[in-house]
Amino acid sequence: MAELSKKDRMKIPRQAMPEQEPGIRNANFKEVNLGFTEELAVMEAMRCLQCPKPVCVEGCPVGVKIKDFISLVAERDFAGAAAKIKEDNVLPAVCGRVCPQEEQCEMKCVVGNKNAPVAIGRLERFVADYEREQIGLRIPECKPKTGKKVAIIGSGPAGLSCAADLIQTGHDVTVFEALHELGGVLVYGIPEFRLPKEIVRVEVEALQKLGVEFKTNAVIGFTDSIDELLSTEGFDAVFIAVGAGLPYFLNIPGENLNGIYSANEFLTRVNLMKAYRFPEYDTPVFDCKDKNVAVFGGGNTAMDAVRTAKRLGAKSASIVYRRSEKELPARAEEIHHAKEEGVHFEFLNNPLEFLGDENGWLHGVKLQKMELGEPDASGRRRPIAVQGSEYIMDINMAVIAIGNGSNPILRQTTPGLDFNKWGNILVDPDTMKTSKKGVFAGGDIVTGGATVILAMGAGRTAAKAINEYLANPEV
Amino acid sequence: MYKIVEADFLAPDVKRFIIDAPKIARKRKPGQFVIVRVTDHGERVPLTIADSDIENGTITIIVQGIGKSTKQLNSLEKGQFIQDVVGPLGKASHIENFGTAVSIGGGVGTAIAFPTAKALKEAGNYTISIIGARSKNLVILENEMKAITDEVHVTTDDGSYGYHGFVTDKLKEIIGSGKKIDLVLAIGPIPMMRAIAEVTRPFGIKTIVSLNPVMVDGTGMCGGCRATVDNKTVFVCVDGPEFDAHQVDFETLIKRNRTYNVAEKEALNHICHYDAAFDSLKLQEAEGK
Ligand SMILES: Cc1cc2nc3c(=O)[nH]c(=O)nc-3n(C[C@H](O)[C@H](O)[C@H](O)COP(=O)(O)OP(=O)(O)OC[C@H]3O[C@@H](n4cnc5c(N)ncnc54)[C@H](O)[C@@H]3O)c2cc1C
Ligand code: SF4
Ligand code: FES
Repeated sequence: MAELSKKDRMKIPRQAMPEQEPGIRNANFKEVNLGFTEELAVMEAMRCLQCPKPVCVEGCPVGVKIKDFISLVAERDFAGAAAKIKEDNVLPAVCGRVCPQEEQCEMKCVVGNKNAPVAIGRLERFVADYEREQIGLRIPECKPKTGKKVAIIGSGPAGLSCAADLIQTGHDVTVFEALHELGGVLVYGIPEFRLPKEIVRVEVEALQKLGVEFKTNAVIGFTDSIDELLSTEGFDAVFIAVGAGLPYFLNIPGENLNGIYSANEFLTRVNLMKAYRFPEYDTPVFDCKDKNVAVFGGGNTAMDAVRTAKRLGAKSASIVYRRSEKELPARAEEIHHAKEEGVHFEFLNNPLEFLGDENGWLHGVKLQKMELGEPDASGRRRPIAVQGSEYIMDINMAVIAIGNGSNPILRQTTPGLDFNKWGNILVDPDTMKTSKKGVFAGGDIVTGGATVILAMGAGRTAAKAINEYLANPEV
Repeated sequence: MYKIVEADFLAPDVKRFIIDAPKIARKRKPGQFVIVRVTDHGERVPLTIADSDIENGTITIIVQGIGKSTKQLNSLEKGQFIQDVVGPLGKASHIENFGTAVSIGGGVGTAIAFPTAKALKEAGNYTISIIGARSKNLVILENEMKAITDEVHVTTDDGSYGYHGFVTDKLKEIIGSGKKIDLVLAIGPIPMMRAIAEVTRPFGIKTIVSLNPVMVDGTGMCGGCRATVDNKTVFVCVDGPEFDAHQVDFETLIKRNRTYNVAEKEALNHICHYDAAFDSLKLQEAEGK
């Protein structure tokens, strides 16, 4: 890359992501972003200044060697770039699609001080797709078997990344998953148009090839307790990666009317159970066609739900959010895409009550206008109700996407495991060790709803600590 | 894949399956359920575990074929396979020696009441069971109930067998006879459970019902199974399925179970035969007003 000067590099504009036209994609479930071509990728890679002190890495929760992999892309060594990323990130095809890069690596990138930052996420995605589609996932070498057995509970990003590391260090790994499919939120929550399920399937298959055993339909706590895994089932250590998975509701009157879903239910019906292909698949979902759909919340989950409703034919699909646009926690790209697809945004509106007919069907929601006051503990300005501003919005379907609490099953069935008052498992952040011997935990069950990359990072931290624990259980 | 070891019809459209599922057989307790997915395009359908055999590693489920999924399940025969069976799910029934316990099953509800009735008997209760059905050919598990409870009463709506009337009438008769009843367990269509709750309420008899809302995951993840109990929202799959009948908001439950059009709703509502009968019955009448 030596032939280009810094100035030349700075002149190259950030390469746009080829995508489906908004008016077409808002009626189908195919992926919105089509991915860089080789030419676009190489051009984008040339924008990287190859900083002596690459600050982008500081923004990456798992420390991907960004500068090095980008340099390999510029040299067209795409396979080498893939291997480089995988030293730190086991699920780049996923992260390249769903990480909030604008708050992580790309926010730090120095090019961003003057111009648009290097499109690190798009490059990551390109490299991972190239590997998967052109050469096939590389199956790494595993160390000789240690004879130790580890149980991993949950097959989301935390569980999968922990499994990947532990199998390579020679341990036997079994992943227990409550649902009939593997991947956690990646398969039941995040829609096909943002993360094709095929990608997750290929990743899981690669782990199977490495020898990871997957047991679906296994609800730990019921099917086996953690104590049983550690005793009768003969596991030497357990990693809990069960995610958040207990949806919050607004707790306002009328919330049990027909036509009101949690985002988890709505997205599970559509993604996991494939209700968007009903009646080819048997699971129904409330018919959004020509209906007014409102989604309450402002995170990625809310954007996924509202865009899904749009694709299912909603006449209007709106986000109703208590705060203003600036506070929206969703990824910038999702907000941008949602707008392009015709999603309405009702900012500074707070729901007070759902209204229904005599048969229990939702037909409206009473909203109250809000204004922003002083910043709260999270640093975001606190919404305050505007007195006398109540009005009614006509809606036929509502989706509540205001986050998840923690699932009670393990809490009820695992003596000796300590939780905080919100039901999150307490761990040592350096080792992911819980209060129970041989039991580790990470991902959303520890942090509360967070991100794929943080869950993945936690899985890897735990894998390292489990490896040490297995070598020396008494320390 | 889960192998069907036995399959036989107990009544028209009501089939009993014995399924190879050793782990579930070993772990399950009365009152718990499984979620079944018949094929890889299928819905997730919750079904109560009617019985289990630890030695043979099998569980029993009893299915009424009404919607697509349950009909598809009921078309399966011995030796065939079910795609997914997950469980045991839900809280087990609270079992203790209450004294005298009446277990009431309406339609396929009898199959759901059966394991809990059995456990109540084993815990030392004097157990009475009432089996309700529309007509003689729909009466199920009479002999099985006889084997595990002290008294069995069969009621049919059309009088073709046993007592001519509804389970509520029979219950009123038993209460009226002066017998002290300490617990009533009522499982069947929602209107029936609601009617039973109103029969026992004035007498202050502890009454338990098992709710069967639409479910998806069955693990607390989706909230689709929510119901209102004691003015609070509960998730039936993890907080139940059994609740105090006097605290359940049956109105909301009935409405919520009609979310999907009739065919889908029925696919998930495994006790519909009796439902129809009770729907047509004026609730006022059932309440004895
Ligand atoms: C709709 C939606 C969109 C999102 N979009 C983004 C995004 O764009 N970018 C981003 O970074 N993050 C996003 N997130 C957040 C991200 O998906 C999560 O932070 C991440 O998946 C957490 O990973 P995890 O491994 O901890 O748990 P999960 O992915 O939740 O996986 C947990 C798994 O454990 C299983 N399980 C639960 N209990 C048991 C049990 N008792 N026994 C066995 N198995 C059990 C569950 O069925 C599940 O499969 C989104 C979340 C949602 C819901
Ligand atoms: S900060 Fe930006 S320019 Fe510097 S190495 Fe990282 S990606 Fe390249
Ligand atoms: S069935 Fe999903 S929470 Fe109960």
